[in-house]
Amino acid sequence: MAVLDKRSKEALTDPLMKNNPISLQVLGICSALAVTVQLDTAVVMTLAVVSVLSVSNTVISILRTMIPGKVRIIIQLSVIASLVILTDQILQAYMYDISKQLSVFVALIITNCIVMGRAEAFAMQNTPGKSFLDGLGNGLGYGGILISVAFFREILGSGTVYGIPVMPDSFYDAGYQNMGLMLLAPGAFIILGLIVWVQRIVSGIEEE
Amino acid sequence: MHSNSYTIIFTSLVTIILGSFLSIAAGTLEEAQDLNVENDSKKNILLSLGYKPGSDKPWTSDEIARIFEENIDAYVLDENGDRTNNDPRSINPEIDYENLPIYVDKKDGNVNGYAIPISGKGLWSTLYGYFAIEPDGITAKGITFYAHKETPGLGGEVDKPWFQKNFIGKRFIDEKGNLIGIKVIKGKADPDSPYEVDGISGATITSKGLESFLIDDLRKYEPFFLKVRDRDL
Repeated sequence: MAVLDKRSKEALTDPLMKNNPISLQVLGICSALAVTVQLDTAVVMTLAVVSVLSVSNTVISILRTMIPGKVRIIIQLSVIASLVILTDQILQAYMYDISKQLSVFVALIITNCIVMGRAEAFAMQNTPGKSFLDGLGNGLGYGGILISVAFFREILGSGTVYGIPVMPDSFYDAGYQNMGLMLLAPGAFIILGLIVWVQRIVSGIEEE
Repeated sequence: MHSNSYTIIFTSLVTIILGSFLSIAAGTLEEAQDLNVENDSKKNILLSLGYKPGSDKPWTSDEIARIFEENIDAYVLDENGDRTNNDPRSINPEIDYENLPIYVDKKDGNVNGYAIPISGKGLWSTLYGYFAIEPDGITAKGITFYAHKETPGLGGEVDKPWFQKNFIGKRFIDEKGNLIGIKVIKGKADPDSPYEVDGISGATITSKGLESFLIDDLRKYEPFFLKVRDRDL
């Protein structure tokens, strides 16, 4: 990878930690709760969001001087919606089982605040290259949290990691039980809350 | 500031470009998607009838198509349980109540089992699956679910092997020949009873829903299975 100038690098790395879309801006929570019961759905959802977000940011940035101000939100949404439908169709054609599990949540990327937020706040003001990196960074920042939440929910809720059982049988024999709460939405809220807490301690950010 | 006519032309262009782009994509991918849907239902029919992928690897789509083609005779029954010439693929079970698709396992020339589609309400969603019956027409051979939106870990356990295994060998016809279905018991079923299976803890509504739509679907096929049983006697 070529050496990036400071602003491009920030566009890529800020959303990973310092300005994470989920744990700091608290956007995109709905899908973060819905697809994190297992790791495999969380990983595919991450890939879907990363591709939609980086491509939509790039396309909108290329068009940014041409888009009439009055209808810019509609144009942004059309671009995003088309990309999401395309992603959904590709999943249905080539990853049928996972697409069945993700059900409506791929289509709901359209309404994910992160995607439109980045288009409006970043891609409309920056060059295509920077916008692409910003999309990539935000997608990965979103995905990182998704995958961490899914990791804890899967291991505590089902005793597996990526579908492979990791809890030794001796635990179950000794009376250990999988935590059913982790499979439900409240489990995701608790894990997400803990992640937000840990992240704020690590990055030293305080609410004003 | 862009003029109004520019705005109109620009939006129309964007719409046309994105629209054609999507229709091309949908057209190219359609074949693969339809194949997936068809393979998924074939796979579930095979699983309900007790077919299993040979090794740890799941079936490839070619294998599913081949095994299905070689062993399964798919046709449609009318309300009286008689065979018709309709193609099961043309039947929409949600509207065609009088046309009943059935999948007969004819491996090695003998009838080894029958699979029928089952569907009905659980807690959150409609469950779709297949129920397989032994050639005697009274014993369950297997059950699978391929689509539902029940809570993972609770009602969602219906698609897990531990739950589905319970049904194998259970009977839905009592000794007098009445259709009684298979009871899904809250907690543990009586191990000596051939008519009941263990329920899913925390998923009473899904379990009860399953119990009631299973008997409803079996009732529709009863004219056919009466004939199966008579031939047996």
